[in-house]
Amino acid sequence: MTSADFSAVLPEVVIAAYAMLALLFGVYTTKDKTAPMLVWVTAALFVLVAVWIGISGQGSIAAFEGMFIDDAFSRFAKVMILLAAAAILIMSEGYMARRDLLRFEYPVLIALAVVGMMVMVSAGDLMTLYMGLELQSLSLYVVASLRRDSVKSTEAGLKYFVLGALSSGMLLYGASLTYGYAGTTLFSGIIATVSEGDIPLGLLFGLVFLITGLAFKVSAVPFHMWTPDVYEGAPTPVTAFFATAPKVAAMALFARVVHDAFGGVVSDWQQILALLSVLSMFLGAVAAIGQRDIKRLMAYSSIAHMGYALMGLAAGTAFGVQAMLVYMAIYVTMNVGTFAFILSMERDGQHITDISSLNLYARTSPARALAMLILLFSLAGVPPLVGFFGKYYVLLAAVEADMAWLALAGVVASVIGAFYYLRIVYLMYFGEERDGLDAGGSPILGAFLMGSAAIMVLGVINLFGVEALAAAAAATLVN
Amino acid sequence: MTAAAFAFYLFALSTIAGGLFTVVSRNPVHSVLWLILAFLSSAGLFVLLGAEFVAMLLIIVYVGAVAVLFLFVVMMLDVDFAELKAEMAKYVPLALLIGVVLIMQLGIAFGVWQFAEEAESMRAAVTPEDQHNTQALGMLLYDKYILLFQLAGLILLVAMVGAIVLTLRHRSDIKRQDVLAQMYRDPAKAMELKDVKPGQGL
Repeated sequence: MTSADFSAVLPEVVIAAYAMLALLFGVYTTKDKTAPMLVWVTAALFVLVAVWIGISGQGSIAAFEGMFIDDAFSRFAKVMILLAAAAILIMSEGYMARRDLLRFEYPVLIALAVVGMMVMVSAGDLMTLYMGLELQSLSLYVVASLRRDSVKSTEAGLKYFVLGALSSGMLLYGASLTYGYAGTTLFSGIIATVSEGDIPLGLLFGLVFLITGLAFKVSAVPFHMWTPDVYEGAPTPVTAFFATAPKVAAMALFARVVHDAFGGVVSDWQQILALLSVLSMFLGAVAAIGQRDIKRLMAYSSIAHMGYALMGLAAGTAFGVQAMLVYMAIYVTMNVGTFAFILSMERDGQHITDISSLNLYARTSPARALAMLILLFSLAGVPPLVGFFGKYYVLLAAVEADMAWLALAGVVASVIGAFYYLRIVYLMYFGEERDGLDAGGSPILGAFLMGSAAIMVLGVINLFGVEALAAAAAATLVN
Repeated sequence: MTAAAFAFYLFALSTIAGGLFTVVSRNPVHSVLWLILAFLSSAGLFVLLGAEFVAMLLIIVYVGAVAVLFLFVVMMLDVDFAELKAEMAKYVPLALLIGVVLIMQLGIAFGVWQFAEEAESMRAAVTPEDQHNTQALGMLLYDKYILLFQLAGLILLVAMVGAIVLTLRHRSDIKRQDVLAQMYRDPAKAMELKDVKPGQGL
């Protein structure tokens, strides 16, 4: 334990200390009246820390005897998590305040969840992994049931909690088996014992249970059952948060476990990930077709997208990890825009999530409808929008890893999935006359929607350099 | 049989018996009492292993706090355990199946139990010879694992904040204690002395 160790965790310490100070401030001052200010300060802090991590981070440091790893991969994921969380916080302020949900604990809990996610992506030990994961999950359970007077929100929180506890149990079972057979919980130690490419049966059991636990967290099929209900029940800004930052953290953690700890036995986990990927892509695509609620639809959409991200991981190569990171960056940007739109769906001041309310939306607000059209096309992966390049990268990674069948399945699922995205576009432009939505809406949400759509179009030039950063990040993880 | 081996078998058997009767006893209060026996016997096993700190922790935390809490819950909540058990009986075949699978898994794991070659050299925290293990644990927790220790603290903080966020309601229709107002109350203002004449009243 040296000062170098502490400087490696300094960003986490800063945010955790801020969260505690904000909590004290909120309790000892005017309580919920300070909440809007706290939301903005928290978001500003996230952006500052993201810039700080992005600029100052150098090399790879294994702090606390290897339990905490600060490298290009973790920094890439952390910047993504922080920016996504900041965007969602800013978007949620107006919505939560109008519905009397904005309590000063909300930004504090989000800040603590972000600390958990940052620890997750930096985990170099099974114990650090679990601590980060629990810190994140516990905060998320609470914010999911933030609207405590609503049965659905409470149900969402409870369901999330029970299933999350189950998945944590599986993860811990896997971790204990891994510890038992490898003799250590350090990733660097585990990889030393499995480097011969032939692992003891017990360790394989451990690996499978670890993957099961993680698959729960990224909501990959067949561990996805909680997703639609939680997405539907939680307050919409919280749903937007669930769909972005935690997904990045869980995918990054997934990549770290399979490569840092089990990088020597790629073929053993490759088949599991490929199966998870195929199932998620198809279920996400098919089950979303019947949905009438846009939040449930986004839940299935996120399941399908996790399938594609897992495809990159299933390739088992550095390029696969790069493709996964690029895919997640694009996915998060698209989701921020889409949820900015969903948050602004209102009729007479009431929040509406029914898809049929979008009928002929293009007549009342053509600009927003156009932005949403771009985002939906991008989500579906229609060229030449950025969403297409995300899919292209993971498919390429799968093909290069001699998994052409997986890539083919991905293309088929993508075609099926395009149907429900395009149906929304159809409703917006050629639907029938119905009770529409209010025109206008908050300028902040509008800015996020337009910005996200603009990125989807302008990003085709060079993806804003994310590619090179992701390649550097992937290179530090896989070697 | 040495004294240590005798003590081991004694504690092991009473742990298993305690666990078994926790599940099968009809009266939930008896279940909790059997559970306490299981805890106490496990504490004995820990002492035999030389982990006296964990043993004491088990007695103080589990027997002293958790089991008593269980007892309170069992006594306070009016749960019809007989009905609950009848409901559970429907799932016995499934439970048995899962149990058999688990036992088979454990059998497989036991059959191929082999440590990795490097396991011995990689053991993270070996108890030092010259320290008793309370001291050794303290050195680990506050030194080597300080990061994990602090993270655990954060998790508990989230649990606390979460419980308050989800359950605390600020009610405006009740009278609250105002400590400052109480303390600054002045006898001169709060009290009025009347001189009551005998036989007259106010």
